[in-house]
Amino acid sequence: MTGHTLGWVVVAAALVAGCGDKPQQNGDNQVVLIGQVSPLTGPQAHLGKDNENGARLALDEINAAGLTLGGKKVVLELKSEDDAADPKTATTVAQKLVDEGVIGVIGHLNSGATIPASKIYSDNAIPQISPSATAVAYTASGFKTAYRVMTNDAQQGSVLGNYAVTKLGAKKIAIIDDRTAYGQGLADEVEKAAKAAGGEVVAREYTSDRSTDFMAILTSIKGKAPDLVFFGGMDPQAAPMIKQMKQLGMQAKFLGGDGAQTPKLIELAGADAEGALASNPGLPLDAMPGGSAFKAKFEAKYGKIQNYSPYAYDAMHVMIDAMKRADSSDPAKYLAELPKTDYQGVTGRIRFDARGDITGGAVTLYQVKDGKWQTLETVQSGK
Amino acid sequence: MSSVPKLNKPQPRWLVFGLLALGLALLPFLVDAGLGRSWVRLLDLALLYVMLALGLNIVVGYAGLLDLGYVAFYALGAYVYAWLASPHFGLHLPFWAILPLGAALAGLFGVLLGTPTLRLRGDYLAIVTLGFGEIIRIFMNNLNAPVNLTNGPQGINLIDPVRLGEFSLSQPHALFGYTFTGVHLTYYLFLLLVLAVIFISMRLEDSRIGRAWVAIREDEIAAAATGINTRNLKLLAFAMGATFGGLAGGLFASFQGFISPESFNLMESIMILCMIVLGGMGHIPGVIFGAVVLTLLPEALRYTGDWQRTLFGQIYIDPADLRMLLFGVALVAVMLYRPAGMIPSARRRQEFADAKG
Amino acid sequence: MDIFLQQLINGLVLGSVYALVALGYTMVYGILELINFAHGEITMMGAMVSLAVIGALALAAPGLPGVLILGAGLAVAIPVCMALGLLIERVAYRPLRHAPRLAPLITAIGVSIILQNIAMLIWGKQYIPFPAILPQGRHEILGASISDTQIAILVLAVLIMLTLILVVQKTRLGRAMRATAQSRQVASLMGVDVNRVIASTFVIGSALAAVAGVMVSAYYGLAHYYMGFLLGLKAFSAAVLGGIGNLGGAMLGGLLLGLIESFGAGYIGDLTGGFLGSHYQDVFAFFVLIAVLVFRPSGLLGARVVERA
Repeated sequence: MTGHTLGWVVVAAALVAGCGDKPQQNGDNQVVLIGQVSPLTGPQAHLGKDNENGARLALDEINAAGLTLGGKKVVLELKSEDDAADPKTATTVAQKLVDEGVIGVIGHLNSGATIPASKIYSDNAIPQISPSATAVAYTASGFKTAYRVMTNDAQQGSVLGNYAVTKLGAKKIAIIDDRTAYGQGLADEVEKAAKAAGGEVVAREYTSDRSTDFMAILTSIKGKAPDLVFFGGMDPQAAPMIKQMKQLGMQAKFLGGDGAQTPKLIELAGADAEGALASNPGLPLDAMPGGSAFKAKFEAKYGKIQNYSPYAYDAMHVMIDAMKRADSSDPAKYLAELPKTDYQGVTGRIRFDARGDITGGAVTLYQVKDGKWQTLETVQSGK
Repeated sequence: MSSVPKLNKPQPRWLVFGLLALGLALLPFLVDAGLGRSWVRLLDLALLYVMLALGLNIVVGYAGLLDLGYVAFYALGAYVYAWLASPHFGLHLPFWAILPLGAALAGLFGVLLGTPTLRLRGDYLAIVTLGFGEIIRIFMNNLNAPVNLTNGPQGINLIDPVRLGEFSLSQPHALFGYTFTGVHLTYYLFLLLVLAVIFISMRLEDSRIGRAWVAIREDEIAAAATGINTRNLKLLAFAMGATFGGLAGGLFASFQGFISPESFNLMESIMILCMIVLGGMGHIPGVIFGAVVLTLLPEALRYTGDWQRTLFGQIYIDPADLRMLLFGVALVAVMLYRPAGMIPSARRRQEFADAKG
Repeated sequence: MDIFLQQLINGLVLGSVYALVALGYTMVYGILELINFAHGEITMMGAMVSLAVIGALALAAPGLPGVLILGAGLAVAIPVCMALGLLIERVAYRPLRHAPRLAPLITAIGVSIILQNIAMLIWGKQYIPFPAILPQGRHEILGASISDTQIAILVLAVLIMLTLILVVQKTRLGRAMRATAQSRQVASLMGVDVNRVIASTFVIGSALAAVAGVMVSAYYGLAHYYMGFLLGLKAFSAAVLGGIGNLGGAMLGGLLLGLIESFGAGYIGDLTGGFLGSHYQDVFAFFVLIAVLVFRPSGLLGARVVERA
């Protein structure tokens, strides 16, 4: 019986043998591998590809400009892998990248995949910068290798909850989340902050990240007449939710987090998107030095920005920046430089606190006007 | 049964077993050297799935009860481990206390969830077990309030690895002048438990209980008429299967160090079912084969990009896109050419030949 | 009252979509005793194909009335799905008609994965918006609101179901289908071309799935290559609830499931004093399903037949 096991492994060995890419000397250039992990299949594949493109754009730029570390010319190569947003696959892929000798990882996309993978990177002393994992637990593990370039749920949620009450004047608030680590984490923080600011949470409803029918919970919410509906979740749910709010004749404002602040939301919700509000960490892209240039470059190459590609782009630059300061691509050496990061990226000024979270992260609020996301204002998270 | 020919028979048998044992013992090192450490990690996962598949095989393969909610017991075992060995409740009990507890609790739930389904058959049973599986997952996903039992969708992090005294399976250890890493040591622990599960499965198959299960699978009414207590035996099948599932869950939690409800979705149940059907239902070698292949295949298919480059000189289709497509094609193709599974039991092969004729 | 009425409307619309998809499951099951797991993906294909046509037409001829564009989308999606259903039956199920029961289940799962990934390769990983070509009228009845799209879905679903019942009860093909469902062998002895009947069942079921797919994408305003899985699962549950293999049962089961979900999500929080919220919507739905099956093991309208071994 187990003979077959063995046999199969031998077959697999034969198939894979020679396929592994090992760091190689390419003439005088030293090739250095950097990993990128995001879901490239499954329901979030469009976001995963976006992250990959962001990281790749930064990498191509750095290669084009030429990188010299320790007196040697270095060529960066991206190893992009699919974790299908699945925690188990995420650890397998993490181990695979470690085996292949990556010296750093940009990823993963989802908190649920990032957290278990971070243990493997930590065990192997490989620095990891997540562009988009926002669960507080990621950096709370205390791993020295775990960083992120996006404000966490607590930071963004507190801004959003406070803003809803004090700036948007919402006294009665309904909160919906999609029961994912991201949606629930953000919604809980919004609830806390809204209550602290004197708002009343009149309804707390739930859906899933696969649903498109929210008529039942929206009808129930309508009965409680809130001034504002906050949704913690992604655009494929936010868009039909906005449409269905209109369909039920609800007057309440819609407020979402970074998962909803996407061009896709406007595309999917059409005219109904008008007036919808959502936040995204960091400063608006056009307001950043190099922001509009990034946008132009990215869109020329890969089409529309989905959501997190600017963060993946910045994450890659932050990592290489640390290498430049350490003058080495040795993880042990440049890891020591990462805490000292002070980098002006396209999403904002990036500095890290002791846990690896971004410090003083700003959160910007946007509203759909004339079929476009318009910047309302930028708020400092203060955490 | 004459005693004379036995004289020279045991020798080759022992030789085979000896070689097999040696092969299994050396496997992680061969794989590590040849393919890389991620494949050792995959071997660990494959062993875990062998355990799960053998557990489900008792329910589906032996007793013929189509269970689509098997992952619930896996989840239960994982959460019991996480509750008793993580900062979540501040408890850090040793693994040898938790694993049996988790397995026993899962077994108890097997009986509990099995009871209302006793009258149901075939596809009705399938949908009810599917329902139970989803209900458990939804509870795990939502029981962070009013009392924070499961930490909801955020999952439970920093789960203790398997540890004996100061000897932890998550750290490398130098033994006999060779460094054993965490994944290697985990391999041996999992292998030991898988061998135990195989042994129990084999003994069950050959016992009165195993034969009674087959009778129930083939014709429940006839089985009852011959005096088999179908109710107790069906519950026993659920309990045994769930126990193995719970055990695997505990191991998974310790291996990953982090669990969240998204690891225990319906697709997971379906994949485990695919493993046993693809390998050969009710036949231990087939089930093991199915579990190993279906764990390794999607990972092996990651290399399609390299194959394309070797064959055509460039990449036409993104390997990530191609991977699951090929996996689907493989599922269909295997079933079309070997409908009874890759390694069917003699009985199944016979049945299939009969049905065709 | 207005909230109750609104939930009723929500549930009925959702339920009639479930019912249409559930019919496809139940027809195939009635004849082959096979769970066609790939049925949800055919619904997805219907939505994607029609959206491709609709999107192209809406761009090429913006002046065209929306209903006409939608009709064109349907006119392409239905035959494509029919052909797909036929192909799947031929390639993945027919060779396995005498195989162990679970073998076709695995090919069905394999076919689902294949269809999903093909759709992903063709239409990409993006959510595709449904262009705003349909009238967005909204009507108020007793404080509840119903849209033109919802009315259209309800009317269309009822019409299709009535037609289906007529076909099955009154036509030659329908009689052959019922005969095949009773006993494949006897039917073939009576001169029924069993293979043709089975193929027709797949074709009809796939056509219904195509319509349901277009409805779903028009109603929610989007389509995605992954949308078939959950819809298929819900519809399958609905078919079992009603008694799988029974046409009336699929319709009843679909409507009931829609209503259970709607009222469940809407009222569960108030009923349990906030202890359980709408996150237990599916628990509630599954609980009702399990309760029904425990007391009526063959579903609501299913015949109590002694299972053949």
